[in-house]
Amino acid sequence: MEFFFISMLNGLSYGLLLFMLSSGLTLIFSMMGVLNFAHASFYMLGAYIGYTLNGVFGFWTALFLAPVLTGALGALFERLSLRRVHVYGHVPELLVTFGLSYIVLELVQLVWGRTAVEFVPPALLQGPAFTLVQHSVNGLSLVWGAAPAELCNSADAAVRMVCTTFPATRGFMMLVALVMMLGLWLLLKRTRVGLVIQAALTHPEAVEALGHNVPRVFMTVFGVGTGLAGLAGVIGGSTFVTEPAMAATVGSIIFVVVVVGGMGSLGGAFLASLLIGVVQTFAVAFDYSLLMLLQQLGLATSQAMQNNSVLKLTLSQVAPILPYMFLVLILIFRPKGLLGTRET
Amino acid sequence: MALTKTHYEFKPYNVARWIIWGLFALILLLAPKLFNSNLSVSMLSQMGVAIIACLSYNMLLGQGGMLSFGHAVYTGLGSYVAMHALLAAGSGSLPVPVTLIPLVGGLGGMFFAVLFGYVSTKKSGTTFAMITLGMAELVFAMSLMFSEFFGGEAGVSGNRVVGESFWGITYGPQIQVYYLTAAYTLVCVALMYAFTRTPLGRILNAVRDNPERVEFIGYNTQHVRYLAFIIAGFFAGIAGGLASVNFEIVTAEVVGSGRSGAYLLFTFLGGATFFFGPIIGAVLMVLAFVLLSELTKAWLLYLGLVFLFMVMYAPGGISSLIMMNLRLAAFGRLKQIWVAYVGLGVTALIGLAGTAAMIEMVYHLQLNTTASPELVFAGIALNATSFNSWFGSVFVMLTGFGLFELARRQYLHDWEETQVYIEKEIKRREAL
Repeated sequence: MEFFFISMLNGLSYGLLLFMLSSGLTLIFSMMGVLNFAHASFYMLGAYIGYTLNGVFGFWTALFLAPVLTGALGALFERLSLRRVHVYGHVPELLVTFGLSYIVLELVQLVWGRTAVEFVPPALLQGPAFTLVQHSVNGLSLVWGAAPAELCNSADAAVRMVCTTFPATRGFMMLVALVMMLGLWLLLKRTRVGLVIQAALTHPEAVEALGHNVPRVFMTVFGVGTGLAGLAGVIGGSTFVTEPAMAATVGSIIFVVVVVGGMGSLGGAFLASLLIGVVQTFAVAFDYSLLMLLQQLGLATSQAMQNNSVLKLTLSQVAPILPYMFLVLILIFRPKGLLGTRET
Repeated sequence: MALTKTHYEFKPYNVARWIIWGLFALILLLAPKLFNSNLSVSMLSQMGVAIIACLSYNMLLGQGGMLSFGHAVYTGLGSYVAMHALLAAGSGSLPVPVTLIPLVGGLGGMFFAVLFGYVSTKKSGTTFAMITLGMAELVFAMSLMFSEFFGGEAGVSGNRVVGESFWGITYGPQIQVYYLTAAYTLVCVALMYAFTRTPLGRILNAVRDNPERVEFIGYNTQHVRYLAFIIAGFFAGIAGGLASVNFEIVTAEVVGSGRSGAYLLFTFLGGATFFFGPIIGAVLMVLAFVLLSELTKAWLLYLGLVFLFMVMYAPGGISSLIMMNLRLAAFGRLKQIWVAYVGLGVTALIGLAGTAAMIEMVYHLQLNTTASPELVFAGIALNATSFNSWFGSVFVMLTGFGLFELARRQYLHDWEETQVYIEKEIKRREAL
């Protein structure tokens, strides 16, 4: 029970991190039709800038400043490079961001080195957020923060007690993602700026005719989108590792999220992020293979079958490819994506 | 009813075409005589492989408008299939001569293109790009799981000297492998060029330019994309098979995203809009991978920057730049503008030298912190911690780019002038 609960929370927090990234990507895509290949690079940039600012001003200032800086860099890139390529169509736009992902990776290695840096979250977030105590007599109970030692080690041998902790950084990750989601929703649906953005999304010419500067709206959206990636970077970087490979590990997953959710659909991105986060977290935790399943069912397994590498694969080994399998299945059975409306 | 001509039509031989293909064959034949060191023959073989791979990639990108981030899947899996065929031939269980091993690789690539292409080509545009990216990740992740086929970390290695020698050809010496590669390159390039002239190749261009109208004239765009994808997979597999014979080892990185990215980068740099563009790109790719990566550790940064500027300022790649100037030369205006080119080249080199010196210094500081801060860049001794080196580099860079801007303005002015002249000239000729 406590395994399920903690894994679920871990999965949800990872999914929410993916959503923080894919929401920016979706926003930029639905607005400009550009799939920002360098989105994960901005995530990495956010983490590294956050790491540097963390050393100078402390975590909370970094949490605020790093996304702003990352967003400013994103807006700058849009202004100087992406806007120039816009006239050539979508493929060159994608290519320009592809080139940028190379450059950012190399620049990050140039400035911060090729090995992981130690991005320590503040003391407040270092311990566990809460501890689940499984008591074989009293059942399940919850203790905020770290549980005192006597709760986890019973003096009586007959009573079994297991403590499972949930890290505070992950809790914080969920909190930030939810606040961000609410903020984004309010901004898009309840403000005048959001109204202009939504209108520019479908009818850019009409919006321009009404006197709004559409290129500037685009630049702002790109800046906000990359800023969100930067925010995810500060949180992801302090929770996991801040290293040059972090963009590549998360990069292809968020593209899967965007396609599975349906290109340009924020709701779909949310659903797909959570789904992929939860599925991947659970898959890692299960060490079962097809061979074990066959043995469980009472079927005889030959020596050749026991050495077969397909049958021997455990679910945790398959976990990294699950999102891509999911992508293929979605494309075969529901090409639009989960909540998508676009056919192409 | 067969189409029979009712009248005589004068159809001259396309002399220029025969000259170009003859020259291409001659270059392939004579290149190892000119560059005859071990390294250069090996590089020439790699270039042949890269030419086939990049041209097959361009069948998707240039002709079909399909931006694939996973082309290495097909070259890589072709490599693996070819390597397993080579091993089987060595153990005597598969009677295939080494000469035909690349074809086996091609069939392997084609098989996987049939399999994965069905899903990939369901969509076009950005979604297609994302699917190919996902497929590439999928195959790469699988390569670490199934060690029987992929050989795990160590990869699969074999021996290309298999079977009886035929007319003294054993494929032991590198030069024989080069000529095998050259023969395959010539045939594959010719076949791929021929493909652009087939009805399928033409309708593929139409699918790229206006899929809606293609649907209206009764073609299934998805089907066209799928067929093109399969053919591209076949040629990619041949390239992979040749690479297997050449290197005698295949590791998981041949299906990795780095390799796919390289195909994309260099095909684009060479130019996706002309048939011969990817050939230039492939030659540059091998030069960059073998020589540039030896020369500097920052080569990926330079590559990314070159690519970014290429997309921004010359989206047709190097081949389009060549064609633009050929047009100029055809109208006899190249002599007017070559001074501006020299100016642009020299000032850009100065600016880049300054920039590169700074990048190299930062890399030096970042990577060899324990060693001395001194390094040699382009024959000049620099000290990465001294003020003088930095001041010098910044000064050189600013001077270079300042002059470049001036040269660029002059060049733009000249260019406009020649274009106006050419337009006028075309109108005048039409009026005649």
